[in-house]
Amino acid sequence: MTRKVPAQKDPRPEVSRRKFLAGVAVAGVATAVTPPVANAATQATSTNASPARLPSALPPTMQVAAAETATPKELPRIGGVPGSDFMVDVIKTLDIKYLPSNCASSFRAIHESLINYGGNKMPEFLTCTHEESAVGLAHGYFKVAGKPLMTLCHGTVGLQHATMAIYNAWCDRVPVIVVGGNDLDAAHRPPGVPTFHSAQDINAIVRDYTKWDDTPVGLQHYAQSFVRAYKIAMTPPYGPVAISLDAGLQQEPIQKNGEKLYIPRYVASSPPQGDTGAVKEAARLLANAERPVIVVDRAARTANGITLLVQLAELLQAPVVDMGGRMNFPKTHYLSRPPTVVNNADVVIGMELSDFWGVVNAYIDNGEHGIGINQSKIKPDTKLISINSSELITKANYQDFQRFQSVDVSMPADAEATLPALIEALKSAISNDRKAAIAKRGEAIKKAYAEGKERTRQTAALAWDASPISTARLVMETYAQIKDLDWSLVASSGNVSNWHQRLWPMEKHYHWLGASGGYGVGYGAPASVGAALANRDLGRFSVSIQSDGDLMYAPGVLWTAAKHKIPLLAVMHNNRGYHQEVMHVQRLSNFRSRVANLGNDMGPVGTSIENPDIEYHKLAESMGWWAKGPIKDPAELGPAIKQAVAVVKSGQPALLNVWTQPR
Amino acid sequence: MGFVRAFGPAALAAGLGLLPGGGAFAASAEKGKAAYVQHGCWQCHGFQGQGGVAGKALAPDPIAAEAFSAFVRGSNGPMPPYPEKILSNDDLADIYAYLQSIPKPADHKSIPLLNQ
Repeated sequence: MTRKVPAQKDPRPEVSRRKFLAGVAVAGVATAVTPPVANAATQATSTNASPARLPSALPPTMQVAAAETATPKELPRIGGVPGSDFMVDVIKTLDIKYLPSNCASSFRAIHESLINYGGNKMPEFLTCTHEESAVGLAHGYFKVAGKPLMTLCHGTVGLQHATMAIYNAWCDRVPVIVVGGNDLDAAHRPPGVPTFHSAQDINAIVRDYTKWDDTPVGLQHYAQSFVRAYKIAMTPPYGPVAISLDAGLQQEPIQKNGEKLYIPRYVASSPPQGDTGAVKEAARLLANAERPVIVVDRAARTANGITLLVQLAELLQAPVVDMGGRMNFPKTHYLSRPPTVVNNADVVIGMELSDFWGVVNAYIDNGEHGIGINQSKIKPDTKLISINSSELITKANYQDFQRFQSVDVSMPADAEATLPALIEALKSAISNDRKAAIAKRGEAIKKAYAEGKERTRQTAALAWDASPISTARLVMETYAQIKDLDWSLVASSGNVSNWHQRLWPMEKHYHWLGASGGYGVGYGAPASVGAALANRDLGRFSVSIQSDGDLMYAPGVLWTAAKHKIPLLAVMHNNRGYHQEVMHVQRLSNFRSRVANLGNDMGPVGTSIENPDIEYHKLAESMGWWAKGPIKDPAELGPAIKQAVAVVKSGQPALLNVWTQPR
Repeated sequence: MGFVRAFGPAALAAGLGLLPGGGAFAASAEKGKAAYVQHGCWQCHGFQGQGGVAGKALAPDPIAAEAFSAFVRGSNGPMPPYPEKILSNDDLADIYAYLQSIPKPADHKSIPLLNQ
């Protein structure tokens, strides 16, 4: 089905952008000697100007006097309906609410159409100070809203800024529609900077980590490409897509060549489901297992995914290991168990795992020659089942597919879409004589769960009153102030020893959104702002654990949050260093029997963020946030968070700069 | 029990920590705290040996001195080994003394925030 575009009929003369640019130059000369013509509002070039009036000795009429003395009316310098208006019509069919972007001349035409023709609604332009922030913001937004955002960037330097965030979205299976402006016509594009900012194929830089890309050469081509890009991005496994948008195509008016432009209707694709035979075989193995274990990473795409996983786990009374790519399984459920339960399993089913090899094997960064030690965690006869839609989009260059792991049943399919069939197959496969043993298994796990919780709390008590503040105390002081709100932990950058995962009663799908995907540092701050934007619209309270290193990649996103009134509580895990890297240098120093050179810092040279200490609270204040710090005394932390929560509830973002233990 | 600078067979063989008269002198928890930071123990185990996702808890109640020494010198696990060339026996003994000096934490049941 197609939709006609009402705006395409236009009585004005057609003007080629290239001819127009030449005409502007001529007109510029002409206006120096010719008075403006009042009724020439619909005429666009000097070739259409009125003939010169004959000299007259008579007094001018009112009309002529007005024409000669009044402020001349502005002439539309480009006639016809702009192509970029049609582009906006296409975008508006797809229900895209926001457009985070850093402005750039290569997309000036569509920028103008979005805010003037489109009214800056659906999508609303969000001013960003870095393209990486814009994509990161879209990344976080999707994980709450379940809807993608688009971003516009310079196709060259802007896209180069955006690439790490696009790679994170790719690894995290998150759709983002990236549109890069580019002026393809080398003979007519402006020389100098715009030509530096043009390329033959801007999408080449992101082709290895986008699901699809295109370079439309006509408006109808654009309409097809944009709707197709949206559809591909939104078909599980989700992923980013890229469109190269020619500046000329944006700027030129719609051509009246008899072709009627239409916008293809978007219909969502159904997610791929596991093969029936493979589902039955998986059910048979699980039903007959003595010690089955369910491992999940990005299995629950929606709230219903959590419900389905609980059904599966309870049916089997099997422990569930949540690797945390998404909120997959309630932390309060007694079947929620740590990764060590895999070691004793006889059947492991992994769903949407980013690294199945890493679940059943260990790599130890030690050994004689610096190549590490590989160890299997599981018994040799353990059966492995995989449901993973990522197999459908595996590419060659970037190694996000991880080490190859042989499995006994492999389903390249979407886990959440496959779960209903698997649950039904399992109900049929569990014989009555197995039910008592399965129930008994559940009782043992319930006891282990209770004992584990007790141990975890006692471990959290270690260094409780330490300064710098322990990470356990950081997250529990935070939780105490938000527990009565409809909270959402939108990101946790850095490493706080997973205390929130271990101690917070996470149950709802927005209680935890997962991490960056590609481990590209700099995700936390923009993704938090994006997720907080989505939560704002849903009336939820957003909180992030914000590390120091992550914030310093592109702190300008703090300003975006303040400008667009996005409430977010950022509690900093400021350990004053890159602690993921600190130990790498220490490790190599030890391997080489050399004392690590600390310079004047605590960590090896190049790994600390101190001397001087960054005053993140002042940084945030300078960009319109309420902020406080540095907080080093644990007794001061709770009252400060309480103050910050009140600020966030009033609609503002707030940041607390807290000095913490390293991990 | 206080730790003395007779830290395992290697240390004994080297005569480290032995007073001129042959007796052993007590290691220093204060010096150990500084050495603990200088040698990067805090990076994974925290400033008070509380541990975390990257390293086990070392205190309170550290493991026996012989086992501690053997592990630090010859770890083949996630922690890299610390040869004597970069961590002296004296420093190791002081670090152990520091870990011994760290008091037990409060019972978690007495901490309201851990019982929410």
